[in-house]
Amino acid sequence: MPLEIKSLSKAFGQYPALKDVSLTAADGEFLALLGPSGSGKTTLLRILAGLEQPDSGEVLLNGEDFLSESIGARRVGMVFQHYALFRHMTVDQNIAFGLKVRPASARPNRKAIAARVDELLTLMQLEGLNRRYPSQLSGGQRQRVALARALAIEPRMLLLDEPFGALDAQVRRELRRWLRQVHDRTGVTTVFVTHDQEEALDLADRVAVLKDGALVQMGEPHQVYADPATAFVYDFLGPACRLSAVVAGDRLTVADWTNAAPPGAPSGKVELYFRPNDVSLSPADGPGFSAKVLHAGVRGASGKIECAVGEVILELEAAVSPRPAFLSRGADIRVLPNRCKLYPSAD
Amino acid sequence: MSPGFPLAMGITLTYLGAIVVIPLAALVLKPWALGVDGVWKVLSDPRVLAALRLSFGSAILAALVDAVLGTVIGWTLVRYQFPGRRLLDALVDLPFALPTAVAGIALTALYAPNGPLGGLAALAGIKTAYSPLGIFIALIFVGLPFVVRAIEPVLSELDQEVEEAARTLGATDFQRVAMVVAPALLPSLISGVGLAFARGLGEYGSVIFIAGNMPMRTEIAPLLIVIKLEEFDYSGAALIGLTMVVMAFGMLLVINALQTLIARRGAA
Amino acid sequence: MKPVVRLPGVAPLLLLFSVTVLGLLILLPLGVVFQQAFAKGLSAYIAPLLDPDAQAAIRLTLLVAAISVPLNAIFGVAAAWTVARFEFRGKTLLLALIDLPFSISPVVSGLVWVLLFGAEGWFGAMLQAWGVKIIFATTGLVLATILVTLPFVARELIPLMQAQGADEEAAALTLGASGFITFFRVTLPNIKWALIYGVLLCNARAMGEFGAVSVVSGHIRGVTDTLPLHIEALYNDYDFVGAFAVATLLASLGLVTLVVKTALEWRFADELAASRRH
Repeated sequence: MPLEIKSLSKAFGQYPALKDVSLTAADGEFLALLGPSGSGKTTLLRILAGLEQPDSGEVLLNGEDFLSESIGARRVGMVFQHYALFRHMTVDQNIAFGLKVRPASARPNRKAIAARVDELLTLMQLEGLNRRYPSQLSGGQRQRVALARALAIEPRMLLLDEPFGALDAQVRRELRRWLRQVHDRTGVTTVFVTHDQEEALDLADRVAVLKDGALVQMGEPHQVYADPATAFVYDFLGPACRLSAVVAGDRLTVADWTNAAPPGAPSGKVELYFRPNDVSLSPADGPGFSAKVLHAGVRGASGKIECAVGEVILELEAAVSPRPAFLSRGADIRVLPNRCKLYPSAD
Repeated sequence: MSPGFPLAMGITLTYLGAIVVIPLAALVLKPWALGVDGVWKVLSDPRVLAALRLSFGSAILAALVDAVLGTVIGWTLVRYQFPGRRLLDALVDLPFALPTAVAGIALTALYAPNGPLGGLAALAGIKTAYSPLGIFIALIFVGLPFVVRAIEPVLSELDQEVEEAARTLGATDFQRVAMVVAPALLPSLISGVGLAFARGLGEYGSVIFIAGNMPMRTEIAPLLIVIKLEEFDYSGAALIGLTMVVMAFGMLLVINALQTLIARRGAA
Repeated sequence: MKPVVRLPGVAPLLLLFSVTVLGLLILLPLGVVFQQAFAKGLSAYIAPLLDPDAQAAIRLTLLVAAISVPLNAIFGVAAAWTVARFEFRGKTLLLALIDLPFSISPVVSGLVWVLLFGAEGWFGAMLQAWGVKIIFATTGLVLATILVTLPFVARELIPLMQAQGADEEAAALTLGASGFITFFRVTLPNIKWALIYGVLLCNARAMGEFGAVSVVSGHIRGVTDTLPLHIEALYNDYDFVGAFAVATLLASLGLVTLVVKTALEWRFADELAASRRH
């Protein structure tokens, strides 16, 4: 079901959690709300769930006023960071809960409920665990149960609040794949809150970046990554290198290097951003600005080059083997960012 | 490895031995001076049975009433913010801090036929003081803090997210409380009720003034013990005392069993 | 501390219910004590308090408490040290024994001393031969009070010391401090507030104890009557104003205990026992 959020605002006392946020999600879309803590993403999610009421704004689901519906009537499936499973109920009973609490007129009969539970157990690969209690499950299993429980009610929208935050890295990656598969199978509109950019970019059809209660940028992951709207977004989405630069006329000058400024660049003092793994390094006579190598080492599968550009120290990545001879400690090199973004300088 | 085991253990064992174990041994052994026949005679004496029934019965009923009252009050104190909440919360402990004799005469003054509440009840034809009802009321007073204090910590530590999950899954407020919150509360509620019962079973000071103390009707078991002592029937007194201890322990065992049954499932 | 839920609808009802119950059940009895005590005016209130028998009762109550409470405090510390710092078989039994006085009737707690030291008790003949009087004398009162209030301090200290662990003491020992120094300079400060809390509750109960002392006392006014017993005596004499006047003393003790207890709980929640629930 398509989701439309219009000018949603919410303040907690003096603290503005959401400031006039508007966005949309198409039917069946996987939308990630990405931002640091305090960005308002969880507040937005909770408003969608009905656990909070906004001060102003509208939410339309499938064209209908969503906010006027009670929590139960919204039929929204929510998955919490700490699972929130009912610990005195078995896996079976947890999953069946949303169906069992329906008023008699809407409640499926026992066989239908059991069938649905089985269906979900299979989908989540939880067969055999149905009689267990949450305390007898691993973190990953618990979250799968939470997901199954949310899906049991055939939700119109699925909301996930940093669902993998409490799990370790390996489990997190596995569950990411799971979630995407489940989403593709069920086709439910999904809103996923996270502060982990890798997760958001990996999973989502579209990403909405929030900061301090406002929507900063929205778009498909590769778009947003390639073309961040602000310095904040650039920095948040991945490792970033930053240098001060100046744009005068159609020339861009950074450190000791001058080149044609990209079209549409802001003029005057700017901040130059580029990715540390998106550079070409060459000896002192090559293209780009000069830098002095402070340290050339290895990090994982790539080489880590720490170099100084004037007072600024940059950490760059370069292919390791074979390490070019010119990349040695103390050497003077040239750095050419393959791609870069320019933002007006804050001062 | 901490030091001082011999000293600490020594003090502990000696003290416990002198103050608890030896006196308890006397209690356990004394009744048998009557011989098995004598024991049976005392236990089947209608007056003794009446007293035991009264003490046991009113303690259980009062504990159950406390379960209801205590849950509502505990819930209100934990879940809501309102002016005077802290004062009300402190008030819950009053029956525990007030000496029993003071509580006893105060309750009697309230519920006696010429007292404010007793007078009202008399208008409706209900006798409060000097009747089993008076005993019942006094025991409710005495046991309330045990229930409230037993469930408050559990209530306040209840994971908010779990209740939110229930709401998003469509549970009505009633369903949420009945199916999600109540089961979590049950173990500590049972514990609180058990404590209230144990306290009510043996309660003396709060009850003795309001009871009326008529044999077969409003005579509580502890009073019967005192009476037997005054008659120099030490064995009889000890027997009733031992019976009460066994009753209290029996109840504690039942409660422990209930809790283990429940806890085996829910521990997370 | 999670945010408190605001639920319209049911909330005012629950609040009304709670306030009514607490007011009727708890506040009213407290109020009655003071109301009855002052029913005949101020001088009628003061007279019973100045009466020599009442003064003797006050002194006796204070004396009994002054002996029982410190002894139980020492026991509580020793028991907590034993249970919290060492592993041994029978710990469960030990804990059950410590909790025992809570589960038995105060009358039984008095009865057992009569069974031991009364005229026909186990040691009755011996005591008579030595001319020692325990039952119907202060010693009996002390013993009965000790038994009834035995668990209070221990129950506060045991969970706390278990939760705190022995690390700090271990550090002190490795630095060369003796066992006693470690205890006084490391352990005691850490358990200070829980100890005070336990002593407070122990004292309140000790001074207010009725059932147990009733059994072992000779009910001799001015000699073996503690304050609660004196109240009973006045009440049975139909001297209601007198009884309630003396009762205000104990009621005030109860209130002071309540206030200090609450204050301690607010400020030192962390340093108090993990399970300070009675």
